[in-house]
Amino acid sequence: MPSMPAEVHDLGVTEMAAGIADGSLSARALVDHHLARIETHDAHLHGFLHVDVAGARAQADRIDRARAAGKPLAPLAGVPIAVKDNMCTRTMPTTCASRMLAGYQPPYDAHVVECLAAAGAVILGKTNLDEFAMGSSTDNSAFGPTHNPWDLTRSPGGSSGGSASSVAARLSAAALGSDTGGSVRQPAAFCGLTAIKPTYGRVSRYGLVAFASSLDQVGPIARSARDAGRVLSAIAGYDRRDATSIDRPGEDFTASCGEAIRGVRVGVLAGAALEQCDPEMQASFKAGVQRLQDLGCQLVDVKLPHMGHGIAVYYLVAPAEASSNLARFDGMRYGMRKPSGDLRQTYAQTRADGFGTEVKRRIMLGTYALSSGYYDAFYLKAQRVRTLIRNDYEAAFAKCDVIASPTTPRPAFEIGAMHDDPLAMYLEDIFVLPPSLAGLPAVATPCGITRSGLPLGMQLTGSALSEAKLVQVADAFERDLAFDSLPPGLGRASEGA
Amino acid sequence: MAGAFETVIGLEVHSQLLTQSKLFCGCPARFGAQANEHVCPVCLGLPGALPVPNGAAVDMAMRAALALGCQVRTQSVFERKNYFYPDLAKGYQISQFALPLSEHGELSVEVDGATRTVSIVRIHMEEDAAKNIHGVGSGTDTLVDFNRAGVPLIEIVSGPDLRSAAEAEAYLRRLREVLMFCGVNDGNLEEGSFRCDANVSIRPVGQQQLGTRTELKNINSFRFVRKAIEYEVSRQKAVVSGGGTIVQETRTWLESSATTVSMRSKEEAMDYRYFPDPDLPPLQVDEARVDAVRAALPELPVDKRARYVATMGLTESDAGVMTGHPEIACYFEGVVSELCKQLGNGAKLASVGKRVANFIQSEALRYVQTEGLAASLPGAPEALAELLALVEDGTVSGKMAKSVFSDMVQSGRSARALVDEKGLSQVSDAGQLESVIRDVLASSPDNVAAYRGGKTGLLGWFVGQVMKATKGAANPKLANELLRKLLDEEA
Repeated sequence: MPSMPAEVHDLGVTEMAAGIADGSLSARALVDHHLARIETHDAHLHGFLHVDVAGARAQADRIDRARAAGKPLAPLAGVPIAVKDNMCTRTMPTTCASRMLAGYQPPYDAHVVECLAAAGAVILGKTNLDEFAMGSSTDNSAFGPTHNPWDLTRSPGGSSGGSASSVAARLSAAALGSDTGGSVRQPAAFCGLTAIKPTYGRVSRYGLVAFASSLDQVGPIARSARDAGRVLSAIAGYDRRDATSIDRPGEDFTASCGEAIRGVRVGVLAGAALEQCDPEMQASFKAGVQRLQDLGCQLVDVKLPHMGHGIAVYYLVAPAEASSNLARFDGMRYGMRKPSGDLRQTYAQTRADGFGTEVKRRIMLGTYALSSGYYDAFYLKAQRVRTLIRNDYEAAFAKCDVIASPTTPRPAFEIGAMHDDPLAMYLEDIFVLPPSLAGLPAVATPCGITRSGLPLGMQLTGSALSEAKLVQVADAFERDLAFDSLPPGLGRASEGA
Repeated sequence: MAGAFETVIGLEVHSQLLTQSKLFCGCPARFGAQANEHVCPVCLGLPGALPVPNGAAVDMAMRAALALGCQVRTQSVFERKNYFYPDLAKGYQISQFALPLSEHGELSVEVDGATRTVSIVRIHMEEDAAKNIHGVGSGTDTLVDFNRAGVPLIEIVSGPDLRSAAEAEAYLRRLREVLMFCGVNDGNLEEGSFRCDANVSIRPVGQQQLGTRTELKNINSFRFVRKAIEYEVSRQKAVVSGGGTIVQETRTWLESSATTVSMRSKEEAMDYRYFPDPDLPPLQVDEARVDAVRAALPELPVDKRARYVATMGLTESDAGVMTGHPEIACYFEGVVSELCKQLGNGAKLASVGKRVANFIQSEALRYVQTEGLAASLPGAPEALAELLALVEDGTVSGKMAKSVFSDMVQSGRSARALVDEKGLSQVSDAGQLESVIRDVLASSPDNVAAYRGGKTGLLGWFVGQVMKATKGAANPKLANELLRKLLDEEA
């Protein structure tokens, strides 16, 4: 097979949509091609928990008929997209990768799922995650881990590991993930992809199964900033069903893609966190910063004095909210139930059997943090420090437009490596947590590759509602870097599909 | 210690708000539907569903708060009260805790002529739970009806200011009345739209510090409130007098044995792990909104009673009856205003008001049936006003008005039509009446002679004969005058 031009699955969201719109691609053929790739590759990757063959084909056929009838096509018409399995879908199960919700099918679609449908996207299926999005490895799935297409022995990151794996392996053009404390950015970094964690409130959480409500945001994972921005444009916007939704009109986050970034002030994070990174990560990040300067950006040193407390704050606030959010899984109305003696025993047995270790750990942490007598010392204090972190950013953004940092301290770790040391896993989140705690938008973009061939990522954080600027900077950076996002194991020469 | 004890009571009242829809979703908040008909992902607590506050419920809660003299916070916070129970879909109830909607109100009650001003510590908003229905299916099953889940409630917390079961009952009655007159609650204790818990303690007279309290539940009628508190006070007195100490606990009223029994002790009390609900930004209420709600507040029953007494000539007791229900007050005021209009400028509000109140009490109330805030009334206020106007101008006697009113209620026809049709108009025409009187005198020459011979006491007998001859339609005053004139002049 000729490797140039690229295979159809190498096309980006933008090109696929354009091809369908001009008739050079058929939505049905495109979907069948991706379904065939899932069939071939997902047995090794295990990125999908559910593939909706019939639903995807039906949607593709609708798009093709609409085009044949000369009807205008929506912006993502025919683009095959995967959705993390913690967003409600009326026609597919929504399990949160938990035994608790095995086979559970919600009676309604999440806001973002409605948005994708309205934008003409074809939803291929639901992707694997750490149970209830708690984790950074996708090892904590009740249905088995997902593998990193760059190295099958390694984790794709988490919690949106299934989404990242499917996009990296070209099983989908893009995917939705959810990001509570880095869950789209860290997997993007591990899989050589771009992900956007939007400003808190930018995307409605209605129908996203809650982990930590004050942090949760749905965000896109794609193979370029432009593609991610395009998907974000489809899912962002006010939704009255989410009281934390920001009331602003829709926006094209790719509007400034292709424009030069000369003069953009880039804050460069200095401090201990950087020095604790893997040496290859440090070098790659420094090269990335240099590249931004070469593109005309003005570099500014910034400090976030309270950033070091981010992990402690996050691991009080997020489990506290989770302990309450997950109380509804009690076996009474839906999902798993283990009848056992009286009511109390049934609750206990259902939750003992239904939840995995990491989920139970966080429920216990959070329950403790909210307990009478500990609330002030833990939860309330954490919220105060959260305010300090927010203030740090406010001060920093007086001096710069975006803040650059590594996305993760290290490249992808091996599957299971963090099982016995949850604290080590938590520490991996040092860079991705502060923007989440401050509710700020952040983009993770590839910035290099290790000698052993694992992707490395850079995170760009912006002030509230600055997604378009972040996409513009990441797009310019990516075009200059020309990162090859194709994992070697899926090399074009060895293509089977 | 043989000293006397003082009883200290504080009440916590949960009152449903009569909104169209639930507090955090668009489902109807009304009752009477099939079980689990008024439900959606939000009030079922399905994964991914989110609450959005109902602005109408906030306004209604503010109306109650302002009517009770509370200050409304410009910013209040919804928090989660976490506990497991099958009637609680999310595993937490959305309530308010540290920063409630309103605080610092008061309500005065009178018992045996003494007034007690009770402080209202706070009024906060929260969602109702679902309803567990026990003993269905195989007989041991419990099913849950979520129609009630998410219905808006306000919790009204009084200070520990009540000193007897009678005061507690009076406070509850006054509170219920205020809420009903504001149109925010239907006052139904039995069906649970107005529910009460009582915190009860005793202390030696003169002691400042509060005694250990117990919380009484399951007291869903005025009678139970009174009986449960009376029982609990005597129980506590017996414990203390016997050298024991009161244990802080929750006790439930058992109607069957007329006692309170322990449900759970303080040690077993749940830790609700309150924290601000991250799904709900702080509730902002600006002053303009508070002012708008305040401006739209209806006249409160206590003010109505004062006005009725001061300007309408009613006694305290009359005024109490006329404010027995919002619809009765509305009817009373409607009749008074319409009657004044019909009578024109000469009408004195004080005498009109009193006569209307008398007629309503003696004749109209028996037809009134109330259910919650609704009432079936004996016709429109205009209809009764028309009848009373006919009494005022002498067309109909007071006595006859009663039977006409009964006919009006039966037939739905107007007073004027019934009076005309049945010839019930009083014979107030002097010529017509004189001819009747002449006939009466002619047929009783002996009594005429006796009267004229000095037995003037026979006048009453003659009036009776005239009434008989006119089937009661003679205007008694005129009949008297004419009789006297004819008997005297022809002497």
